[in-house]
Amino acid sequence: MKAHQRKLDIKNGCVDLSHGSGGRAMAQLISGLFHEAFGNEWLARGNDQSAFAVGAGRMVMTTDGYVVSPLFFPGGNIGSLAVHGTVNDIAMAGAKPLYLSASFIIEEGFRFADLRMIAESMGQAAREAGVHIITGDTKVVERGKADGLFISTAGVGVVPDELDLSAEKAEAGDRVLISGTLGDHGVAIMSKRQNLAFETEIVSDSASLNDLVAKMVEVGGHGIRLMRDPTRGGLAATLNEIAEQSDLGFRLQEEAIPVKPGVAAACELLGLDPLHVANEGKLVAIVSPEAAEAVLAAMRAHPLGRDAADIGEAVADDHHFVQMATSFGGGRIVDWLSGEQLPRIC
Amino acid sequence: MKYADEFRDKQIALGLAKAICAEADPQRPYRFMEFCGGHTHAISRYGLEDMLPKTVRMIHGPGCPVCVLPAGRIDMAIRLAERSEVILCVYGDLMRVPGSQGASLLKAKARGADIRMVYSTIDAVRIADENPEREVVFFAIGFETTTPPTAVMIRLADRKQLENFSVFCNHVLTPPAMQNILDSPDIRNIGRVEIDGFVGPAHVSTIIGTAPYEFFAEEFGKPVVISGFEPLDMMQAILMLVRQVNENRHEVENQYSRAVTRDGNLRAKEEVADIFELRDEFEWRGLGSVPYSGLKLKRAYAKYDAEIRFDMNELRVDDNPACECGAILRGVKKPVDCKLFGTVCTPETPMGSCMVSSEGACAAHWTYGRFRDHQQRRAS
Repeated sequence: MKAHQRKLDIKNGCVDLSHGSGGRAMAQLISGLFHEAFGNEWLARGNDQSAFAVGAGRMVMTTDGYVVSPLFFPGGNIGSLAVHGTVNDIAMAGAKPLYLSASFIIEEGFRFADLRMIAESMGQAAREAGVHIITGDTKVVERGKADGLFISTAGVGVVPDELDLSAEKAEAGDRVLISGTLGDHGVAIMSKRQNLAFETEIVSDSASLNDLVAKMVEVGGHGIRLMRDPTRGGLAATLNEIAEQSDLGFRLQEEAIPVKPGVAAACELLGLDPLHVANEGKLVAIVSPEAAEAVLAAMRAHPLGRDAADIGEAVADDHHFVQMATSFGGGRIVDWLSGEQLPRIC
Repeated sequence: MKYADEFRDKQIALGLAKAICAEADPQRPYRFMEFCGGHTHAISRYGLEDMLPKTVRMIHGPGCPVCVLPAGRIDMAIRLAERSEVILCVYGDLMRVPGSQGASLLKAKARGADIRMVYSTIDAVRIADENPEREVVFFAIGFETTTPPTAVMIRLADRKQLENFSVFCNHVLTPPAMQNILDSPDIRNIGRVEIDGFVGPAHVSTIIGTAPYEFFAEEFGKPVVISGFEPLDMMQAILMLVRQVNENRHEVENQYSRAVTRDGNLRAKEEVADIFELRDEFEWRGLGSVPYSGLKLKRAYAKYDAEIRFDMNELRVDDNPACECGAILRGVKKPVDCKLFGTVCTPETPMGSCMVSSEGACAAHWTYGRFRDHQQRRAS
């Protein structure tokens, strides 16, 4: 005879320590909330792991932790972010993302309703990106030991053998393409931070870029030297990192770099440089001059690349400087962000 | 962006650059100091140096309150924050400022001190309101622009009869520091300071007006132009200074007439005068002790003065002897002339005042302009 178990009170209930203890309560949380949101054949089998077939090509693997505060922000929440971020890290290799794992560290007292909303966002983001969340873990810690919820996701994907995107492939003369406006995610988060709250129409750009990448690779092929998603530290950090790894410098045109007026205004107010502000749905691609035009056209034809722009070029430079001609008419360096701009942006 | 883009227009900038080029005498140097860190930042961020003729050189002054705060005052704040009853409220850009022996508020916070980053003085009063069992101290810092908000906050705390609130006052004054640059005993050691004119900070003058510089311009025979912070403001101010030098004038001129008057903000000045009084001297990182350059709370408000309330001892820490900040702040040396620049002293690990915040002369040069050193080296 099956013991009676009361249903999860999603509307009013909250997570307690028993939901992380390995007992019935935990099993109920996993099946009642997570499986429902992620729904796929692998989870339905209920094993501690999932097996999947490996196709042709090389495997790509990545992992990322998510501690964003606040958990819900304009344009997304920690759940959708945890899928987008990991999907994008795989996609930047030119790879097709396939499977994710998701690990939850939940603070005692966290509301089921919020947890379900977050899990459903993850499920939806996974479906949109064409990936499956096939294994996971749930831990509950005492009140005060975690700020609501932390999520960690890992992902695997496959990249064709002949495609090998990497910083050392970049050459002087290559073009620098970005897929759209900079700084949207960082400003959206800041606008909701306690004691910094300001009103803005800006929403996070958090999105999975794998479809955009597929279209770019289709037309660009080997002309695409490498791709990165400029998250923490913004475009400035990404380009400085690439400059060092590729033993090159960059020359950018400030006028060509798209920034939404609302983001520019918020940065002005807070004394920030949009080039240092985080993005979660943008990529920067270093592309051979021959392929640049076609790749840019492919980007602009995609909904996530409508505002794509060619913002400058790679140059030979032993100092690895990222330089920029300012829209005012002078020149300057675009340096790494120094210190901490805003903790827990993703 | 409305009300900002108009002051960053490339075509107008090119016109001003052309005028400066045409009017600057190629046979003589024009050495102008922009006192304020906000100006330094604008010059670097917009690459203004590339638009000026070779004969016009901008010298980056000491006008960043975070940069010039001496290590001893940081040490004092850390000691205060380490007291279990204290919540120390600070502006975020103070967190990484180095105290002695690599200490900082950021590190003190990591070790357990209750240090909270706030964005306005009002936040500090709110925290005091919410934590009646704790002692809340606001780390007040800044030039004349930020002093009135501190005065208003003390007034507010007084009205609310907050018993657990006080201020660690580090407010400093612009005119005495400008005077010190031209006229301090240190100059004998570091050589002659050659400055042909000053760009004065407009935000300070929205409060104090332009009048306090009149004595200075007259006494030292140096032109002063009060300028806004947008790049076009600065270009125009530089043109005004070139004209004064050419015509042998040394007047106080107001480029920022859209917000600055001769007398400034009378109400704000009254508030400040009611609550603060001059210190006999105040130490500046890089400049040393500068007479009558700092403010403290008047005796009537002593209960809000953290230095009295917690019996804080004045701590003095010598600047690194290899650090050239004193000479750089006076325009005698450039950042690259300092052995520490870019080696042990970088924005991540600042040693001297000029590297402490992004508005310091060395940090601005490192972050935005260091590519020019290599260009120059190649050219020579």
